[in-house]
Amino acid sequence: MPTPERATALQPSSIELLGEDALLLRFGDVIAPEINARVHATSRQIERQRPDWLLDIVPAYSSLMLVLDMNAFPGRDAQSEAIAWLQQQTFLPDGTGAAREVEIAVEYGGSDGPDLIDVARHAGLDIDDLIARHTAGRYTVAMLGFAPGFPYLIGLDPALAMPRLETPRTRVEAGSVGIGGTQTGIYPQAGPGGWRIIGRTPQILFDVSRDPPTLLAPGDLVRFVAVTD
Amino acid sequence: MTTVQDLGRTGSRHLGIGQSGAMDAYSHTIANLLVGNPANAATLEVTLAGPTLAFRTSTIIAVCGADADVRVDGIEIPGWRPIRLPAGTTLSFGACRRGARAYLAIAGGIRVSALLGSASTDLRGAFGGMRGRALMRGDVLDIAKAGMAIAALDIPAWSIDPSPELQWDIPAIARVIGPDRSGGVPDDLFASSWRVAPASNRQGLRLEGTAITQDTPMSISEPVLPGTLQLPPDGQPILLMADAQTHGGYPRIGHVIRADWPRLAQLRPGERVHFRPCTREEASQSRLDQAHRLARIALAIAGRRQAKASSR
Repeated sequence: MPTPERATALQPSSIELLGEDALLLRFGDVIAPEINARVHATSRQIERQRPDWLLDIVPAYSSLMLVLDMNAFPGRDAQSEAIAWLQQQTFLPDGTGAAREVEIAVEYGGSDGPDLIDVARHAGLDIDDLIARHTAGRYTVAMLGFAPGFPYLIGLDPALAMPRLETPRTRVEAGSVGIGGTQTGIYPQAGPGGWRIIGRTPQILFDVSRDPPTLLAPGDLVRFVAVTD
Repeated sequence: MTTVQDLGRTGSRHLGIGQSGAMDAYSHTIANLLVGNPANAATLEVTLAGPTLAFRTSTIIAVCGADADVRVDGIEIPGWRPIRLPAGTTLSFGACRRGARAYLAIAGGIRVSALLGSASTDLRGAFGGMRGRALMRGDVLDIAKAGMAIAALDIPAWSIDPSPELQWDIPAIARVIGPDRSGGVPDDLFASSWRVAPASNRQGLRLEGTAITQDTPMSISEPVLPGTLQLPPDGQPILLMADAQTHGGYPRIGHVIRADWPRLAQLRPGERVHFRPCTREEASQSRLDQAHRLARIALAIAGRRQAKASSR
Protein backbone atom coordinates (compact mmCIF):
# COMPACT_ATOMS: atom_id res chain seq x y z
CA MET A 1 0.00 0.00 0.00
CA PRO A 2 1.41 3.40 -0.89
CA THR A 3 1.61 5.66 2.10
CA PRO A 4 -0.02 9.08 1.93
CA GLU A 5 3.45 10.60 2.36
CA ARG A 6 4.61 9.03 -0.88
CA ALA A 7 1.55 10.07 -2.81
CA THR A 8 1.99 13.69 -1.78
CA ALA A 9 5.76 13.80 -2.17
CA LEU A 10 5.63 16.85 -4.45
CA GLN A 11 2.80 18.70 -2.80
CA PRO A 12 3.59 22.40 -2.37
CA SER A 13 3.89 23.63 1.19
CA SER A 14 1.41 26.39 0.46
CA ILE A 15 -0.85 27.73 -2.25
CA GLU A 16 -1.16 31.52 -2.17
CA LEU A 17 -3.49 33.82 -4.04
CA LEU A 18 -1.48 36.14 -6.27
CA GLY A 19 -3.48 39.13 -7.45
CA GLU A 20 -6.92 38.38 -8.85
CA ASP A 21 -6.03 35.77 -11.42
CA ALA A 22 -3.01 33.79 -10.29
CA LEU A 23 -1.87 31.26 -7.72
CA LEU A 24 1.58 30.83 -6.28
CA LEU A 25 2.55 27.31 -5.28
CA ARG A 26 5.41 27.50 -2.83
CA PHE A 27 7.81 24.61 -2.25
CA GLY A 28 10.36 26.28 0.00
CA ASP A 29 12.16 29.51 0.74
CA VAL A 30 15.70 28.85 -0.42
CA ILE A 31 17.60 28.26 -3.64
CA ALA A 32 18.21 24.53 -3.49
CA PRO A 33 18.44 21.99 -6.34
CA GLU A 34 16.04 19.51 -4.68
CA ILE A 35 13.37 22.19 -4.15
CA ASN A 36 13.77 23.50 -7.69
CA ALA A 37 13.48 19.92 -8.98
CA ARG A 38 10.08 19.63 -7.27
CA VAL A 39 9.00 22.88 -8.92
CA HIS A 40 9.84 21.52 -12.38
CA ALA A 41 8.38 18.06 -11.76
CA THR A 42 5.10 19.66 -10.66
CA SER A 43 5.22 22.08 -13.59
CA ARG A 44 5.63 19.20 -16.06
CA GLN A 45 2.75 17.28 -14.51
CA ILE A 46 0.43 20.28 -14.64
CA GLU A 47 1.54 20.91 -18.23
CA ARG A 48 0.62 17.33 -19.21
CA GLN A 49 -2.95 17.68 -18.00
CA ARG A 50 -3.16 21.37 -18.71
CA PRO A 51 -6.77 22.58 -18.40
CA ASP A 52 -8.00 25.17 -20.93
CA TRP A 53 -8.24 27.82 -18.23
CA LEU A 54 -4.55 27.73 -17.45
CA LEU A 55 -2.86 30.59 -19.34
CA ASP A 56 0.65 30.39 -17.93
CA ILE A 57 2.71 27.98 -15.85
CA VAL A 58 5.71 29.92 -14.56
CA PRO A 59 8.44 28.14 -12.59
CA ALA A 60 10.84 30.02 -10.31
CA TYR A 61 13.55 28.83 -7.87
CA SER A 62 11.21 27.52 -5.21
CA SER A 63 7.76 28.49 -6.42
CA LEU A 64 5.45 27.96 -9.36
CA MET A 65 2.92 30.51 -10.58
CA LEU A 66 -0.28 29.53 -12.39
CA VAL A 67 -2.06 32.31 -14.30
CA LEU A 68 -5.76 31.65 -14.78
CA ASP A 69 -8.21 32.77 -17.43
CA MET A 70 -10.84 34.54 -15.35
CA ASN A 71 -13.26 34.53 -18.29
CA ALA A 72 -13.36 30.75 -18.15
CA PHE A 73 -15.27 30.86 -14.85
CA PRO A 74 -18.24 33.17 -15.39
CA GLY A 75 -19.98 33.86 -12.10
CA ARG A 76 -17.44 31.82 -10.16
CA ASP A 77 -14.13 32.56 -8.49
CA ALA A 78 -11.27 31.41 -10.73
CA GLN A 79 -8.75 31.09 -7.92
CA SER A 80 -11.05 28.90 -5.79
CA GLU A 81 -11.88 26.71 -8.78
CA ALA A 82 -8.20 26.28 -9.63
CA ILE A 83 -7.31 25.41 -6.04
CA ALA A 84 -10.07 22.79 -6.03
CA TRP A 85 -8.65 21.33 -9.26
CA LEU A 86 -5.11 21.28 -7.82
CA GLN A 87 -6.32 19.49 -4.70
CA GLN A 88 -7.73 16.69 -6.85
CA GLN A 89 -4.34 16.11 -8.51
CA THR A 90 -1.69 13.80 -7.20
CA PHE A 91 1.78 15.05 -7.94
CA LEU A 92 4.39 12.35 -8.11
CA PRO A 93 8.13 12.67 -8.61
CA ASP A 94 8.85 11.98 -12.30
CA GLY A 95 12.43 10.90 -11.69
CA THR A 96 15.50 11.61 -13.73
CA GLY A 97 15.44 11.51 -17.50
CA ALA A 98 12.42 13.79 -17.61
CA ALA A 99 14.60 16.84 -18.27
CA ARG A 100 16.20 17.74 -21.59
CA GLU A 101 19.96 18.20 -21.80
CA VAL A 102 21.41 21.07 -23.84
CA GLU A 103 25.07 21.73 -24.62
CA ILE A 104 26.24 25.32 -24.83
CA ALA A 105 29.49 26.01 -26.70
CA VAL A 106 31.50 28.78 -25.05
CA GLU A 107 34.56 30.71 -26.06
CA TYR A 108 36.13 31.57 -22.73
CA GLY A 109 38.20 34.69 -22.15
CA GLY A 110 39.57 37.29 -24.53
CA SER A 111 37.22 40.05 -25.60
CA ASP A 112 34.33 37.56 -25.23
CA GLY A 113 35.13 37.03 -21.55
CA PRO A 114 36.57 40.26 -20.15
CA ASP A 115 36.17 39.17 -16.51
CA LEU A 116 37.66 35.67 -16.85
CA ILE A 117 41.01 36.69 -15.34
CA ASP A 118 39.36 38.48 -12.39
CA VAL A 119 37.11 35.50 -11.65
CA ALA A 120 40.10 33.12 -11.79
CA ARG A 121 42.10 35.38 -9.46
CA HIS A 122 39.12 35.66 -7.08
CA ALA A 123 38.79 31.86 -7.04
CA GLY A 124 42.55 31.37 -6.65
CA LEU A 125 42.64 29.24 -9.78
CA ASP A 126 44.55 29.46 -13.00
CA ILE A 127 42.47 30.10 -16.06
CA ASP A 128 42.52 26.52 -17.38
CA ASP A 129 41.32 25.21 -14.00
CA LEU A 130 38.55 27.76 -13.91
CA ILE A 131 37.37 26.74 -17.39
CA ALA A 132 37.66 23.05 -16.44
CA ARG A 133 35.53 23.62 -13.35
CA HIS A 134 32.93 25.69 -15.23
CA THR A 135 32.61 23.06 -17.98
CA ALA A 136 32.54 20.19 -15.46
CA GLY A 137 29.38 21.57 -13.87
CA ARG A 138 25.97 20.11 -14.53
CA TYR A 139 23.52 22.95 -14.41
CA THR A 140 19.75 23.21 -14.22
CA VAL A 141 17.72 26.04 -15.72
CA ALA A 142 16.00 27.07 -12.49
CA MET A 143 13.91 29.62 -14.35
CA LEU A 144 13.90 32.00 -17.32
CA GLY A 145 13.44 35.63 -16.39
CA PHE A 146 14.97 39.13 -16.31
CA ALA A 147 14.74 39.17 -20.11
CA PRO A 148 13.24 36.79 -22.69
CA GLY A 149 15.24 33.56 -22.65
CA PHE A 150 17.65 34.54 -19.84
CA PRO A 151 18.40 31.32 -17.93
CA TYR A 152 19.11 31.41 -14.21
CA LEU A 153 21.33 28.35 -13.82
CA ILE A 154 21.89 26.60 -10.53
CA GLY A 155 24.75 24.17 -10.02
CA LEU A 156 27.74 26.54 -10.13
CA ASP A 157 30.83 25.19 -8.34
CA PRO A 158 30.84 27.30 -5.12
CA ALA A 159 34.55 28.00 -5.64
CA LEU A 160 33.66 30.00 -8.76
CA ALA A 161 31.12 32.27 -7.07
CA MET A 162 31.96 35.96 -7.24
CA PRO A 163 29.84 39.03 -6.45
CA ARG A 164 28.44 41.06 -9.34
CA LEU A 165 30.28 44.10 -10.68
CA GLU A 166 29.84 47.14 -8.46
CA THR A 167 28.91 49.18 -11.50
CA PRO A 168 27.04 47.21 -14.17
CA ARG A 169 28.32 47.45 -17.74
CA THR A 170 26.17 49.54 -20.02
CA ARG A 171 26.54 46.90 -22.72
CA VAL A 172 27.01 43.16 -22.51
CA GLU A 173 27.02 41.31 -25.83
CA ALA A 174 24.37 38.73 -26.71
CA GLY A 175 25.49 35.22 -25.74
CA SER A 176 27.72 36.43 -22.89
CA VAL A 177 28.15 33.84 -20.14
CA GLY A 178 28.33 35.42 -16.72
CA ILE A 179 28.71 34.68 -13.04
CA GLY A 180 26.56 36.64 -10.60
CA GLY A 181 27.11 35.58 -7.01
CA THR A 182 26.47 31.83 -6.81
CA GLN A 183 24.62 31.76 -10.12
CA THR A 184 25.69 31.53 -13.70
CA GLY A 185 23.65 32.63 -16.69
CA ILE A 186 23.72 33.69 -20.32
CA TYR A 187 22.61 37.04 -21.74
CA PRO A 188 20.26 36.33 -24.69
CA GLN A 189 20.42 39.90 -26.01
CA ALA A 190 22.90 42.74 -25.87
CA GLY A 191 22.14 45.17 -23.08
CA PRO A 192 23.25 46.42 -19.69
CA GLY A 193 24.38 43.81 -17.18
CA GLY A 194 26.24 43.42 -13.91
CA TRP A 195 27.39 39.80 -14.00
CA ARG A 196 31.08 38.86 -14.44
CA ILE A 197 31.47 37.87 -18.08
CA ILE A 198 33.76 34.88 -18.57
CA GLY A 199 32.93 33.85 -22.12
CA ARG A 200 30.45 33.93 -24.93
CA THR A 201 28.40 31.43 -26.90
CA PRO A 202 27.55 31.83 -30.58
CA GLN A 203 24.26 29.99 -29.95
CA ILE A 204 21.11 32.11 -30.18
CA LEU A 205 19.21 32.00 -26.90
CA PHE A 206 16.18 34.00 -28.01
CA ASP A 207 14.74 34.34 -31.49
CA VAL A 208 11.07 35.22 -31.56
CA SER A 209 10.63 33.72 -35.06
CA ARG A 210 11.69 30.26 -33.82
CA ASP A 211 9.34 27.77 -32.23
CA PRO A 212 10.01 27.62 -29.33
CA PRO A 213 11.58 31.08 -29.28
CA THR A 214 14.06 30.29 -26.53
CA LEU A 215 16.95 27.83 -26.73
CA LEU A 216 16.37 26.75 -23.14
CA ALA A 217 13.27 25.86 -21.17
CA PRO A 218 12.80 25.85 -17.39
CA GLY A 219 14.06 22.57 -15.94
CA ASP A 220 16.53 21.85 -18.77
CA LEU A 221 19.94 20.48 -17.89
CA VAL A 222 22.85 22.49 -19.29
CA ARG A 223 26.49 21.68 -19.94
CA PHE A 224 29.08 24.18 -21.10
CA VAL A 225 31.65 23.03 -23.66
CA ALA A 226 34.79 25.07 -24.26
CA VAL A 227 35.50 25.90 -27.91
CA THR A 228 38.14 27.99 -29.66
CA ASP A 229 37.82 29.66 -33.03
CA MET B 1 6.76 57.63 -27.51
CA THR B 2 4.31 55.67 -29.64
CA THR B 3 4.08 51.88 -29.78
CA VAL B 4 1.79 49.32 -31.39
CA GLN B 5 -0.21 47.46 -28.73
CA ASP B 6 -3.12 45.05 -28.46
CA LEU B 7 -4.31 43.31 -25.29
CA GLY B 8 -0.94 41.60 -24.80
CA ARG B 9 0.39 38.04 -24.88
CA THR B 10 -0.13 35.12 -22.57
CA GLY B 11 1.44 31.69 -22.49
CA SER B 12 5.11 32.73 -22.65
CA ARG B 13 5.88 33.96 -19.14
CA HIS B 14 7.82 30.77 -18.36
CA LEU B 15 10.26 31.78 -21.11
CA GLY B 16 10.87 35.16 -19.50
CA ILE B 17 8.48 36.86 -21.93
CA GLY B 18 6.07 39.33 -20.35
CA GLN B 19 2.58 40.42 -21.27
CA SER B 20 3.05 43.85 -22.90
CA GLY B 21 -0.19 45.22 -24.38
CA ALA B 22 -2.09 48.46 -23.86
CA MET B 23 -1.41 50.03 -20.45
CA ASP B 24 -4.97 51.39 -20.37
CA ALA B 25 -6.82 48.45 -21.91
CA TYR B 26 -10.17 50.15 -21.23
CA SER B 27 -9.46 53.12 -23.50
CA HIS B 28 -7.75 50.87 -26.07
CA THR B 29 -10.86 48.67 -26.20
CA ILE B 30 -13.33 51.55 -26.58
CA ALA B 31 -11.20 53.08 -29.37
CA ASN B 32 -11.37 49.75 -31.20
CA LEU B 33 -15.13 49.36 -30.69
CA LEU B 34 -15.70 52.87 -32.05
CA VAL B 35 -14.13 51.98 -35.40
CA GLY B 36 -15.78 48.55 -35.59
CA ASN B 37 -12.74 46.51 -34.52
CA PRO B 38 -12.59 43.61 -32.07
CA ALA B 39 -11.22 44.64 -28.66
CA ASN B 40 -7.89 42.95 -29.33
CA ALA B 41 -7.07 44.75 -32.61
CA ALA B 42 -3.74 46.59 -32.59
CA THR B 43 -3.85 50.32 -31.81
CA LEU B 44 -1.19 52.98 -31.41
CA GLU B 45 -0.43 53.81 -27.79
CA VAL B 46 0.77 57.42 -27.62
CA THR B 47 2.62 58.32 -24.41
CA LEU B 48 2.57 62.03 -23.46
CA ALA B 49 3.09 63.25 -27.05
CA GLY B 50 2.53 61.62 -30.40
CA PRO B 51 3.48 61.47 -34.04
CA THR B 52 2.29 63.12 -37.22
CA LEU B 53 0.65 60.56 -39.48
CA ALA B 54 -0.04 60.95 -43.19
CA PHE B 55 -3.04 58.85 -44.25
CA ARG B 56 -2.70 57.71 -47.83
CA THR B 57 -6.14 56.13 -47.84
CA SER B 58 -9.50 56.98 -46.35
CA THR B 59 -10.42 55.29 -43.12
CA ILE B 60 -12.21 55.63 -39.78
CA ILE B 61 -10.25 56.43 -36.64
CA ALA B 62 -10.94 57.05 -32.95
CA VAL B 63 -8.77 58.51 -30.20
CA CYS B 64 -9.48 57.49 -26.60
CA GLY B 65 -7.65 57.68 -23.29
CA ALA B 66 -5.69 60.83 -22.50
CA ASP B 67 -7.16 64.19 -23.46
CA ALA B 68 -4.75 65.04 -26.28
CA ASP B 69 -4.36 67.82 -28.79
CA VAL B 70 -5.06 65.96 -32.03
CA ARG B 71 -5.55 67.74 -35.35
CA VAL B 72 -6.52 66.63 -38.82
CA ASP B 73 -5.24 69.09 -41.41
CA GLY B 74 -5.21 71.71 -38.67
CA ILE B 75 -8.75 71.03 -37.41
CA GLU B 76 -8.82 69.89 -33.78
CA ILE B 77 -10.64 66.58 -33.44
CA PRO B 78 -12.29 65.45 -30.19
CA GLY B 79 -11.80 62.03 -28.66
CA TRP B 80 -14.14 59.14 -27.84
CA ARG B 81 -15.99 59.08 -31.20
CA PRO B 82 -15.46 57.61 -34.68
CA ILE B 83 -14.00 60.07 -37.15
CA ARG B 84 -14.12 59.51 -40.89
CA LEU B 85 -10.96 60.63 -42.68
CA PRO B 86 -10.73 61.11 -46.43
CA ALA B 87 -7.57 59.94 -48.18
CA GLY B 88 -4.58 62.27 -48.09
CA THR B 89 -5.20 63.84 -44.68
CA THR B 90 -2.51 64.51 -42.10
CA LEU B 91 -3.19 63.75 -38.47
CA SER B 92 -0.91 65.45 -35.96
CA PHE B 93 -0.75 64.33 -32.39
CA GLY B 94 0.30 67.11 -30.04
CA ALA B 95 0.75 66.73 -26.32
CA CYS B 96 -1.51 64.88 -23.90
CA ARG B 97 -3.11 67.65 -21.79
CA ARG B 98 -4.67 65.42 -19.17
CA GLY B 99 -3.73 61.79 -18.77
CA ALA B 100 -0.58 60.16 -20.11
CA ARG B 101 -1.65 57.71 -22.79
CA ALA B 102 -3.91 58.11 -25.80
CA TYR B 103 -5.00 55.26 -28.08
CA LEU B 104 -5.48 55.69 -31.80
CA ALA B 105 -7.59 52.94 -33.34
CA ILE B 106 -7.91 52.60 -37.10
CA ALA B 107 -10.70 50.64 -38.81
CA GLY B 108 -9.51 47.11 -39.45
CA GLY B 109 -6.60 47.51 -37.06
CA ILE B 110 -2.92 48.10 -37.67
CA ARG B 111 -1.48 45.21 -39.60
CA VAL B 112 1.67 43.86 -37.95
CA SER B 113 2.46 40.18 -37.64
CA ALA B 114 1.37 38.55 -34.42
CA LEU B 115 4.36 37.14 -32.57
CA LEU B 116 3.68 34.60 -29.80
CA GLY B 117 0.00 35.34 -30.18
CA SER B 118 0.09 39.14 -30.02
CA ALA B 119 0.83 42.22 -32.10
CA SER B 120 2.07 44.08 -29.02
CA THR B 121 5.49 45.69 -28.88
CA ASP B 122 7.72 44.11 -26.24
CA LEU B 123 10.22 46.91 -25.66
CA ARG B 124 12.35 44.88 -23.24
CA GLY B 125 12.54 41.90 -25.56
CA ALA B 126 12.79 44.17 -28.64
CA PHE B 127 10.19 42.30 -30.69
CA GLY B 128 6.57 42.70 -31.72
CA GLY B 129 4.72 45.74 -33.04
CA MET B 130 6.94 47.85 -35.30
CA ARG B 131 10.20 45.85 -35.23
CA GLY B 132 10.19 45.67 -31.46
CA ARG B 133 10.54 49.40 -30.93
CA ALA B 134 8.68 52.70 -30.70
CA LEU B 135 7.61 54.32 -33.96
CA MET B 136 10.21 56.44 -35.76
CA ARG B 137 9.96 59.11 -38.41
CA GLY B 138 9.56 57.46 -41.80
CA ASP B 139 7.86 54.27 -40.57
CA VAL B 140 5.01 53.05 -42.77
CA LEU B 141 2.10 51.37 -41.02
CA ASP B 142 -0.01 48.94 -42.96
CA ILE B 143 -3.69 49.32 -42.17
CA ALA B 144 -5.83 46.31 -42.65
CA LYS B 145 -8.91 47.92 -44.14
CA ALA B 146 -8.57 50.78 -46.59
CA GLY B 147 -10.25 52.53 -49.47
CA MET B 148 -13.64 53.41 -47.95
CA ALA B 149 -15.68 55.99 -49.84
CA ILE B 150 -15.19 59.02 -47.58
CA ALA B 151 -15.30 62.41 -49.28
CA ALA B 152 -14.88 64.76 -46.33
CA LEU B 153 -13.78 64.82 -42.70
CA ASP B 154 -16.77 63.73 -40.63
CA ILE B 155 -16.86 64.33 -36.85
CA PRO B 156 -20.05 63.10 -35.16
CA ALA B 157 -21.55 65.12 -32.32
CA TRP B 158 -21.99 62.14 -30.00
CA SER B 159 -19.23 60.58 -27.94
CA ILE B 160 -18.59 57.94 -25.30
CA ASP B 161 -18.33 59.07 -21.68
CA PRO B 162 -15.40 57.19 -20.09
CA SER B 163 -16.36 57.97 -16.49
CA PRO B 164 -16.02 56.70 -13.84
CA GLU B 165 -12.90 54.93 -15.15
CA LEU B 166 -11.28 58.14 -16.36
CA GLN B 167 -12.19 61.32 -14.53
CA TRP B 168 -9.30 63.74 -14.54
CA ASP B 169 -10.58 65.93 -11.68
CA ILE B 170 -10.82 63.02 -9.23
CA PRO B 171 -7.56 61.91 -7.54
CA ALA B 172 -6.30 58.53 -8.70
CA ILE B 173 -6.97 55.67 -6.29
CA ALA B 174 -5.17 52.35 -6.34
CA ARG B 175 -7.03 49.70 -4.41
CA VAL B 176 -4.83 46.99 -2.94
CA ILE B 177 -5.49 43.39 -2.06
CA GLY B 178 -2.95 41.85 0.28
CA PRO B 179 -0.34 39.19 -0.22
CA ASP B 180 -1.37 35.98 1.50
CA ARG B 181 1.89 35.79 3.23
CA SER B 182 4.08 37.80 5.58
CA GLY B 183 2.71 40.75 7.51
CA GLY B 184 0.19 41.79 4.87
CA VAL B 185 0.17 45.22 3.28
CA PRO B 186 2.26 47.71 5.33
CA ASP B 187 0.10 50.50 6.84
CA ASP B 188 2.63 53.09 5.65
CA LEU B 189 1.42 52.49 2.09
CA PHE B 190 -1.99 53.95 2.97
CA ALA B 191 -0.76 56.68 5.30
CA SER B 192 0.06 59.27 2.66
CA SER B 193 -0.11 59.84 -1.08
CA TRP B 194 2.66 58.90 -3.52
CA ARG B 195 4.15 60.87 -6.38
CA VAL B 196 4.80 59.22 -9.74
CA ALA B 197 8.55 59.50 -10.42
CA PRO B 198 9.88 60.55 -13.82
CA ALA B 199 11.64 57.17 -14.17
CA SER B 200 8.23 55.47 -14.43
CA ASN B 201 7.54 53.66 -17.68
CA ARG B 202 5.56 50.79 -19.18
CA GLN B 203 7.35 48.37 -16.89
CA GLY B 204 6.23 50.07 -13.72
CA LEU B 205 5.23 53.17 -11.84
CA ARG B 206 8.05 54.19 -9.53
CA LEU B 207 6.53 55.97 -6.58
CA GLU B 208 8.06 58.57 -4.29
CA GLY B 209 6.91 59.43 -0.79
CA THR B 210 7.52 58.75 2.88
CA ALA B 211 9.62 55.61 2.81
CA ILE B 212 7.95 52.42 3.99
CA THR B 213 9.94 50.72 6.72
CA GLN B 214 9.34 47.02 6.81
CA ASP B 215 11.56 44.24 8.05
CA THR B 216 10.95 42.11 5.00
CA PRO B 217 14.19 40.46 4.00
CA MET B 218 15.17 40.34 0.31
CA SER B 219 13.47 37.24 -0.92
CA ILE B 220 14.68 34.98 -3.67
CA SER B 221 13.25 35.77 -7.09
CA GLU B 222 9.71 34.61 -7.64
CA PRO B 223 7.07 35.24 -10.30
CA VAL B 224 5.48 38.68 -10.47
CA LEU B 225 2.63 40.10 -12.57
CA PRO B 226 1.23 43.43 -13.71
CA GLY B 227 -0.40 44.86 -10.58
CA THR B 228 2.27 43.51 -8.23
CA LEU B 229 3.53 46.07 -5.69
CA GLN B 230 7.20 45.63 -4.93
CA LEU B 231 9.17 47.21 -2.11
CA PRO B 232 12.86 47.81 -2.88
CA PRO B 233 15.25 48.44 0.05
CA ASP B 234 14.83 52.24 -0.26
CA GLY B 235 11.19 51.92 0.87
CA GLN B 236 9.77 53.54 -2.29
CA PRO B 237 7.28 51.10 -3.86
CA ILE B 238 7.13 50.10 -7.50
CA LEU B 239 3.79 49.19 -9.09
CA LEU B 240 4.45 46.79 -11.95
CA MET B 241 2.52 47.50 -15.13
CA ALA B 242 1.99 45.96 -18.60
CA ASP B 243 5.70 45.42 -19.38
CA ALA B 244 6.37 43.85 -15.96
CA GLN B 245 9.28 41.45 -15.97
CA THR B 246 8.30 37.84 -15.26
CA HIS B 247 10.23 37.41 -12.00
CA GLY B 248 11.31 39.76 -9.24
CA GLY B 249 13.39 39.62 -6.08
CA TYR B 250 12.00 42.57 -4.13
CA PRO B 251 9.46 41.75 -1.42
CA ARG B 252 5.86 41.77 -2.66
CA ILE B 253 3.69 43.96 -0.43
CA GLY B 254 0.35 43.79 -2.23
CA HIS B 255 -1.45 43.77 -5.54
CA VAL B 256 -3.38 46.60 -7.19
CA ILE B 257 -6.73 45.45 -8.58
CA ARG B 258 -7.41 45.38 -12.32
CA ALA B 259 -10.35 47.75 -12.26
CA ASP B 260 -7.98 50.56 -11.23
CA TRP B 261 -5.29 49.93 -13.88
CA PRO B 262 -6.79 52.20 -16.61
CA ARG B 263 -6.71 55.30 -14.40
CA LEU B 264 -3.23 54.45 -13.08
CA ALA B 265 -1.93 53.99 -16.63
CA GLN B 266 -2.97 57.60 -17.21
CA LEU B 267 -0.84 59.04 -14.38
CA ARG B 268 1.78 61.52 -15.51
CA PRO B 269 5.16 62.00 -13.84
CA GLY B 270 4.67 64.25 -10.79
CA GLU B 271 1.00 63.31 -10.31
CA ARG B 272 -0.16 61.62 -7.13
CA VAL B 273 -1.86 58.37 -6.27
CA HIS B 274 -3.56 57.25 -3.06
CA PHE B 275 -3.59 53.61 -2.06
CA ARG B 276 -6.59 52.13 -0.33
CA PRO B 277 -7.09 48.63 1.07
CA CYS B 278 -9.69 46.50 -0.65
CA THR B 279 -11.36 43.15 -0.15
CA ARG B 280 -11.36 40.39 -2.74
CA GLU B 281 -15.14 40.76 -3.01
CA GLU B 282 -14.79 44.46 -3.83
CA ALA B 283 -12.08 43.66 -6.39
CA SER B 284 -14.30 41.11 -8.07
CA GLN B 285 -17.36 43.38 -8.02
CA SER B 286 -15.38 46.30 -9.48
CA ARG B 287 -14.04 44.10 -12.24
CA LEU B 288 -17.54 42.89 -13.14
CA ASP B 289 -18.96 46.42 -13.00
CA GLN B 290 -16.27 47.59 -15.40
CA ALA B 291 -16.96 44.67 -17.75
CA HIS B 292 -20.68 45.56 -17.68
CA ARG B 293 -19.98 49.21 -18.47
CA LEU B 294 -17.82 48.11 -21.38
CA ALA B 295 -20.58 45.78 -22.62
CA ARG B 296 -23.11 48.65 -22.45
CA ILE B 297 -20.70 50.92 -24.33
CA ALA B 298 -20.25 48.22 -26.98
CA LEU B 299 -24.05 48.02 -27.40
CA ALA B 300 -24.40 51.80 -27.64
CA ILE B 301 -21.68 51.95 -30.30
CA ALA B 302 -23.21 49.08 -32.25
CA GLY B 303 -26.55 50.97 -32.20
CA ARG B 304 -24.92 54.14 -33.53
CA ARG B 305 -23.11 52.24 -36.26
CA GLN B 306 -26.34 50.55 -37.33
CA ALA B 307 -28.19 53.87 -37.43
CA LYS B 308 -25.37 55.36 -39.50
CA ALA B 309 -25.41 52.44 -41.92
CA SER B 310 -29.20 52.59 -42.46
CA SER B 311 -29.15 56.36 -42.94
CA ARG B 312 -26.68 56.12 -45.81
